[in-house]
Amino acid sequence: MNELIVILVSAFLLFAITLWKRKSPANLREIPALTRLYRTLGLSIEDGTRLHVSLGNGSLLDARGGSALAGLALLRHIAERTSVSDKPSVASAGDPTLGLLTQDTLQAGYQAAGVQELYVPTSGRVTGLSPFGYAAGAMSILQNENISANIIIGHFGPEAGLLIEASDRENMVLIGASDELSGQAVLFANTQDALIGEELFAAGAYLGAGASHIASLTLQDILRWFLILALLGGAAAKLIGVI
Amino acid sequence: MRVFTAVIAIAAGALVLGGYFLPALAPVQTLLLNWATILAGVAVLVGIFNLVSVHSDKIRRHEKGNAYSALLLMALIVTFLFAMILRPDHIIMKIALSGIIIPVEAALMGLLTISLLYAAIRLLRRRAELMSIVFLITAALLILGSATLPFGNIPVIGTFIRPWITQVLALGGARGILIGVALGALTTGLRVLFGADRPYGGN
Repeated sequence: MNELIVILVSAFLLFAITLWKRKSPANLREIPALTRLYRTLGLSIEDGTRLHVSLGNGSLLDARGGSALAGLALLRHIAERTSVSDKPSVASAGDPTLGLLTQDTLQAGYQAAGVQELYVPTSGRVTGLSPFGYAAGAMSILQNENISANIIIGHFGPEAGLLIEASDRENMVLIGASDELSGQAVLFANTQDALIGEELFAAGAYLGAGASHIASLTLQDILRWFLILALLGGAAAKLIGVI
Repeated sequence: MRVFTAVIAIAAGALVLGGYFLPALAPVQTLLLNWATILAGVAVLVGIFNLVSVHSDKIRRHEKGNAYSALLLMALIVTFLFAMILRPDHIIMKIALSGIIIPVEAALMGLLTISLLYAAIRLLRRRAELMSIVFLITAALLILGSATLPFGNIPVIGTFIRPWITQVLALGGARGILIGVALGALTTGLRVLFGADRPYGGN
């Protein structure tokens, strides 16, 4: 029942903060990788080059779905902004259900930009069904389709290293975030500005995806402070022998 | 239509979530999850169709790398036909899996080892800062502490420093990162449940 209380309180806070954030502007700390992502979006439209969004192999039917949904939210925004580009963005997924939603999200982005007729269904792809199979398929996109920036966001393990290697060979801008610890370590060692931990879920807010994204960041901060206080309180209680 | 899809998605999400807390909703939750599993199975077929159409397009347009696309399609068709005729648990199908797919993935893993080593060497050139130095020193200590040498573990590094880093520092850091990821996943899930994010065709 504790979980239900946490979910209900979080839902109420998210709703309330979203309403509040619609009226007051957000004040976000600078995350270099997301600043670069924002700049890269603009540059790719001006240059007429293509962006590739790698969504990883997180299934929507298990615990890895959170990062996949965050990736889709970012893709929706990228699709809307780059849909009128000479070379519209492509996205790849390593899970069939995620692949379906990738196509749907891209189409929604084109619709929102008012250019639905420009949408090509093959711009959202399933490149493989195993982590390494997915990476091998996505590497082929990076090498052959005039990509200027690779955005890796979702569930990635060590196979992210293969995508990074392919991006480096083509001199691409690389921005990466994963919910998996081994993937984060690989991204930290290989990218200019790595996104660590929950920063993966902040991308939408930094790209102006709406008040609900900013509200979810504020809610994460509130919950984190509760957890810190609970951990410190628990440690103190254990120290003085209360528990 | 968009409102209709949103209502279905939000209702399904609320019922599945409710099933974890209210026993009366558990049968509905099971039913919806079974439907989701069936749909995920169908999505595999759609995914394969997508793969075929992307690579067929590449071959038709003579795009760069189309030879690999042709190879992929040939392998796909041959494997599919053999699996249909012989059934997936036939010895030839098992040989195809253990003799082709697993070695290829192992080769990619080997390639990854080299590229990660190269990345570690380049790390300080790419990002000369304190955390990069800490990262490299930690990685070096862990590799040295895990190394199997003729005389056993390296004293102090193998017996004290490596266990302390992995079981105290790394474990604490990993839990902190995972808590952050879990909070992010919770708020993202709530956004989808509220219909603020609609990755199913809504604007």
